[in-house]
Amino acid sequence: MLKKRIIPCLDIKDGRTVKGINFVGIRDAGDPIELAKRYVEQGADELVFLDITATIENRATLIELVKEIALEINIPFTVGGGISSVEDVSKLIKAGADKVSINSSAVKNPQLISAISKQFGSQCVVVAIDTKYEDNEWKVFVHGGRTPTPLKTVEWAKEIEQLGAGEILLTSMNNDGTKTGFAIDITNEVSQAVNIPIIASGGAGIKAHFKEVFENTAATGGLAASIFHYGEIPIPVLKDYLKTEKIEIR
Amino acid sequence: MIAIIKYNAGNISSVQNALIRLGYQSIITDNVNEILDADKIILPGVGEASSAMRHLKEKGLDQAILRATQPVLGICLGLQLMCDFTEEGNTKCLSIFNTQVKKFPPKDKVPHMGWNNFSEVKGELFKNAKGDVYYVHSYYAEVSKETVATCNYIQPFSSAMQKNNFYATQFHPEKSADVGEQILKNFCTL
Repeated sequence: MLKKRIIPCLDIKDGRTVKGINFVGIRDAGDPIELAKRYVEQGADELVFLDITATIENRATLIELVKEIALEINIPFTVGGGISSVEDVSKLIKAGADKVSINSSAVKNPQLISAISKQFGSQCVVVAIDTKYEDNEWKVFVHGGRTPTPLKTVEWAKEIEQLGAGEILLTSMNNDGTKTGFAIDITNEVSQAVNIPIIASGGAGIKAHFKEVFENTAATGGLAASIFHYGEIPIPVLKDYLKTEKIEIR
Repeated sequence: MIAIIKYNAGNISSVQNALIRLGYQSIITDNVNEILDADKIILPGVGEASSAMRHLKEKGLDQAILRATQPVLGICLGLQLMCDFTEEGNTKCLSIFNTQVKKFPPKDKVPHMGWNNFSEVKGELFKNAKGDVYYVHSYYAEVSKETVATCNYIQPFSSAMQKNNFYATQFHPEKSADVGEQILKNFCTL
């Protein structure tokens, strides 16, 4: 049986995990490699690193970081943030990233999805969708959720699949940070509309939220950040719980 | 020395990184002599079959692989390229394994992406290796005489194959945590 994936997300700024993270038991809480290693030991199924500054100056720092992560980590990892060309992807893949996540640049230039997919294979292209429910419909937002687009979420997901994306990382902006649970309705709608894997993101606050999203949608992964970083829900505790609840978990 | 075959496939450095973690020396090369002089050969692979096969042929790497007498390990696309034929780009492959590679029917999410098991295991490659491993593929090798481990996703397929000195896994041992490391270690100590 294919297992559901539990995926911690690390926000990276200037080669460090962003401030405020306070991981018990790790001295240098700002070191993304230490955090990543800890998550791997705890049984994380994949890791996602998002470069939240993603400026040209920080790009070189990110490449170095990816190289270091690749040497240390024996599970797949995705790198995202500010990727706008095949050249960007090439550098990250060469540095050792397994997948890249693109968001705003995919909306701006959908052909980028097919270009990356052709060169590196669809398995390497994760398209992130930030979505918000507004005026009775789920719409796509870009630039870290700051800019609305006319795209409707389900339609955009279908287009992404056609263009050759291997996976969709779907974040509900309405749920993100609320700890009230994943957006079941849109996650279900998108996961039924396309045949590529969906990672649900945004809103996880308690263990049961993961059970809920895996039982009520076809999402094959659940992503979260703060609940893991702050040690609110340790990954082994979450995985044990899900196994008890008869969810297929590694 | 382990030769990792360099061709137009992604994730080659992941394989080398995994070998570094295990303490084995390796070289990424497309030089036929270097490949055939190595103690072990790894054909990694994430990519598209027809262009990968074309690239191997251009460099004479297909013949080098076929001439190898030392242990050879194909990973993911590497396994598929060691089969007879793949539906991906309708590509004639190396014909080490007498097996066809087909596209998964869209009865579930494709690619088959994530952690899954392997069972009906035979052979020394899997000594002390138990648990789930990481798969990511849209095409699969049918189960055949040369299958040494199977997995079931949409339908049963070859999770690992072996014939003489040729070994192959559909999953990525270099990305499969402790279980994958054990399998790579088993290969390195063959």
